[in-house]
Amino acid sequence: MLTLAVSAGGVLVWIVWVVAGFSCLASGVAVVSFSNPFYSALALIGNLGSLAVLYLLLSAEFVAAAQVLVYAGAVVVMFLFVIAYVGPRMEAPWAGGPTWQTLGAVLAAGALLTEIVVVIGLEAGGSLAHSAHVGADFGSPAWIGRVFLSDHLLTFEITSIVLLVAAVGGVILGSHTRRHDPGKRAHGVALEREPVGDPR
Amino acid sequence: MLGPGVAWYLGVAAFLFGTGALGVLVRRNVLIVLLSLEIMLNGGNLALISFSRHAGNGAGQIFALAVMAVAASEVCVGLGLVVALHRRRLALDVDRLSELRG
Repeated sequence: MLTLAVSAGGVLVWIVWVVAGFSCLASGVAVVSFSNPFYSALALIGNLGSLAVLYLLLSAEFVAAAQVLVYAGAVVVMFLFVIAYVGPRMEAPWAGGPTWQTLGAVLAAGALLTEIVVVIGLEAGGSLAHSAHVGADFGSPAWIGRVFLSDHLLTFEITSIVLLVAAVGGVILGSHTRRHDPGKRAHGVALEREPVGDPR
Repeated sequence: MLGPGVAWYLGVAAFLFGTGALGVLVRRNVLIVLLSLEIMLNGGNLALISFSRHAGNGAGQIFALAVMAVAASEVCVGLGLVVALHRRRLALDVDRLSELRG
């Protein structure tokens, strides 16, 4: 009876894995092949959602939740805002037939993929065959918090500094571009200095 | 571990990485290159979490969270660059942005 229940659970996990894995791959291909970046960003949401399901199957609950919050909630929304700001800039991805550059890129990506898959296939029956047993709290928020603030405290602090530096860099990139507009700058300086330079 | 073994997850991760690399190499729109970079990072994250589950060691999940923070920083700076390019009326085409080429 117990083995029957375990095998039924295994079949269920297989079904969820096949659905999530294939939607992940299909939306990944869609992101790369859409000509409108708006549709690509929308397809990325599907990719991230199905990846979160795969993370749940790998008992990484906190990472799955963070994935949905950080990526689908913040990164994709920022992408959509910027795409709406710069306007739809279409690009026909495969226009003009395959150039040597496209051909080389496809060959390089295909070679990389083949290499990785062959290595995984060679190890699939060996060291990758038996996974370790983990407890029920593996990957839970409490466990992640405990590990993050004890063993990996340095990682935590460095991550916060990286995020701070990136935020400052984003603000500087977004705000100081007017300085390079010579006409407006000269006009603004003249307006500012006029009362100071006038002796009367 | 119920269901598929860790090699299947690693296959999905490899395919995602290859797809993202193809997008970065082939596409010319800056925004789609950034989106393809996200796909590459997600493939790397899936491999990290698969190996973390395989070995029963949580350091992979911590590393995946750090990669997520780095991806958010990269998007912040990358989109700042896109907005700066747009304000200077430059084309969002990586082949035409060749001012710094030596």
